[in-house]
Formats: sequence, structure tokens, C-alpha cells
Amino acid sequence: MINRLPELKETPSQTAGPYVHIGLTPNFAEINGVYAQDLGATMLAGDSPGTRIVVGGRVLDGSGAPVTDAVIEIWQADADGNFPQRSENPGSGFTGWGRQPTDSAGAFRFETIKPGAVAGPDGAFQAPHISLWIVARGINLGLATRLYFADEADANATDHVLGKVLDPRRRATLIANRSDVDGTANYQLDIRLQGENETVFFDI
Amino acid sequence: MSDLFPDGHNGLFPRDLSWHPPAATPGYKSTTFRAPRQPLLSLAATQGELTGPRFGHSMIGALDNDLIRNYSQNGVEAIGQRLIVYGQVLDENARPQTGVLVEFWQANAGGRYRHRKEGYQAAIDPNFGGCGRALTDENGFYSFRTVKPGAYPWPNGPNDWRPAHIHFSVFGSAFAQRLITQMYFEGDPMIWQCPIVGGISDKAAIDQLTAKLDRHNTTPMDALAYRFDIVLRGRRATLFENRKEGL
Repeated sequence: MINRLPELKETPSQTAGPYVHIGLTPNFAEINGVYAQDLGATMLAGDSPGTRIVVGGRVLDGSGAPVTDAVIEIWQADADGNFPQRSENPGSGFTGWGRQPTDSAGAFRFETIKPGAVAGPDGAFQAPHISLWIVARGINLGLATRLYFADEADANATDHVLGKVLDPRRRATLIANRSDVDGTANYQLDIRLQGENETVFFDI
Repeated sequence: MSDLFPDGHNGLFPRDLSWHPPAATPGYKSTTFRAPRQPLLSLAATQGELTGPRFGHSMIGALDNDLIRNYSQNGVEAIGQRLIVYGQVLDENARPQTGVLVEFWQANAGGRYRHRKEGYQAAIDPNFGGCGRALTDENGFYSFRTVKPGAYPWPNGPNDWRPAHIHFSVFGSAFAQRLITQMYFEGDPMIWQCPIVGGISDKAAIDQLTAKLDRHNTTPMDALAYRFDIVLRGRRATLFENRKEGL
């Protein structure tokens, strides 16, 4: 018995253009009053379980220039390795999903929690990671990548996705370095769209 | 998550990248330094790709899908040709995508965006913000009211103009279904000279981005209607579902 073939074609992608902040982060774009707050701006509530972390970095183009008109979305498991069922606001829990604009320096920043381990295709646990999706002017199809944590070296060493990236220099583009600021772990990962140290992007 | 087979048996259909514009489209100069040069690395879908954020009706305000009124100052409505834009969000198996978030943004009737970096001389409309959102209903339909965006010139070639368009951001139920695109208007001759549209090689794919005038849903003496259906990636059907459908 075979599966039915798809009947429709996926709607083709088009660039989010230079003004994606109007649509996805209007308050950041100084369009106030349409929405009370930008969707995805807050992932955490006061009593969200798990270890609080900050994830940030810059988006850079092939000339090294900051990409100031991007939006980054992240999706991740909670501290127990479960994906939240609802994401419009943290309520008393955790949304698992965040959305941030890049600023005038191309920088982005998420306040979130350290994700737990999630099962992979072979049944083994994947290393803790966050999925990222990047859109901007000049990006014709949203770019998917992952962020792994430098302080999870053992788990990273056996992760099936990292294992597919054979060149260790390219693998390093997926691993965020840790520094602690006021007792909170800050993980920094720059996204390089093109050229030297180009980030590994996935067809997911 | 018991319905998810981590080995990919009921993952998503692979994305047909030839249907989308490639990363580097030289006619659209912004891709020059922003298109990755390395090929995408294929991943077997895991829970993180097969799940995604879901949103509830509680976050949707009464005017969120009314761009004519959601930025009104003192109750004055936005200027422009009044439109209803609606459509159905489906997956590749033509299954309605219910309760999914659709967001939209656009220039005003003069072709001007409300943005600090926008340089076009067309006037700002003080009553038009240019963004909105809706959740699809139980049949996968979204709708919103707006004004028809103007065409506008942009700094790409020496005299490039964008056809009138509305930007769309669409969520499915899986993060790997995430899609951003643009909707164009049936019959607009400027579609065919746009370098951004021209990144798509198949005319049928471009036609999929073209909303159709729908006289039946026009509001008499008020607003023309355009229909724009959106297709997200579908899931591989399970054998059980095939039986139910008579195969």
C-alpha cells in the first residue's frame, strides 16, 4: 500500500522584505497600539520552571555587515524536554517559542530557559538545542538552523545532527559559547549568512 | 507526541526547493551578500520540526484583522480602495489548517510603509499602521479588511517598482511548515517585471501568489474581495488514514 501523492504545491516563499518588523514586531517598529505587545517577545513567566538563560548574537552578511532588518524565531523544548502546547503568552509556564528583531547592530537577544533533551530519529536523545528561523530582506526562503550549547560537550559529541556536519569548523557555527553575566548563563552565537564561517543551514 | 514517529515515517513531505526562489537571485540585489553559498543540509525531522507554536483566540483583538481601523486616530479610517482579503490555509493534501496564525503587513494606498527607514515620497496616512493578523477558523479560512496597497519604486535597479503586494507570515502546526510570502493582485502587469517575483522560475508558482478577484464576496457599496489560498507543507499520510479514504 502506498501513500497518496500530495495534491497541492506548497505556496512559494517570497522575501520578508526590508520592513518585516512592521508585520512581526510592530511595537519595535514604533507602530504602537495595534497589539498590546509584540508576539513572542516574552517566553517566560515569573514561575517558569527551568534554568534561565540568555541566548543572543548578531546576524552578519557575507561582507561582515550587520543585518539590521531581520527577524529571528526560536522554538525549543522546555526544561523537561517537552514542547509547549500553547505559545501566545507564557501564562504560568513557558511558551517554547520566541520572536525577536535584530537591532541597529544586527543583534538579537532571547531570555529563555535551557531546553531539556529530546529524542532523535534513532531513539537516542539529541543534545539540548534550540531551533532557529531567520527571515530578512534578501533572504528568499526562511533559513533554518540550530543552536547548541558549548557546555554540553558530551551530548554534542553524540548528537546525530552535529554528527552530520563533518567539517569541525562548520560544526562550530552551531555551538554557542557561554559566558556568565550576573549569575545567568549567556550563550552567544553569531549567524553568518554567507562566506567565511557561514552558518550551517538546514533543509528541515 | 505518540503519533510522531521519530524515524520520519510521518514527517513532512520534502520541500520542493525548485518551486521556491533559490537563495541567490541576481536580479534581486539584496541577495548578493545574504544568500548562503553552502547547500542546505538535509535533516530527518524530529519533534522540534514536527511541532510548532500554537496560538489561542484570546490574543486576537477585535480590530486585529481590520487594517482600515486598527490604527485609526480619533476614529478616522485609512484612505484607499477598500478590500476584503480572504482565503483558506491548506496543506499539500488539501487538509484545512485550522486555528493557525496568519499575519500580514503592507504599504498604504500610496505605496508608503510606516517605517523609519522608508524613503519614498508618497504621503504617510496617519490612520494606517499596515499590520494585522487572524487565526484560521474551523475550515481553515482567514479574512481581513484593508486598503489596496500602492505600487512603489525601490532601490534595486535604476527604475524598479514593486507590484502592489501584501506580505504574509503563516504558521502551521509544525515549525518546518513556517512560511513567509507575498500576495499579488490578479491582472497586475507589474508582477511580470518584478525581480523579486522573477526569482520564481515556474509561472504556475507565480500564479499561486496571485489573489483572484472574487465578485461573490464583494461587500456592496463597500469593499472588493480578493481570495488568496495558502498551501503549507503536508504530512505523509499514515496507512490507516489511507484506508479511511478508500485506498
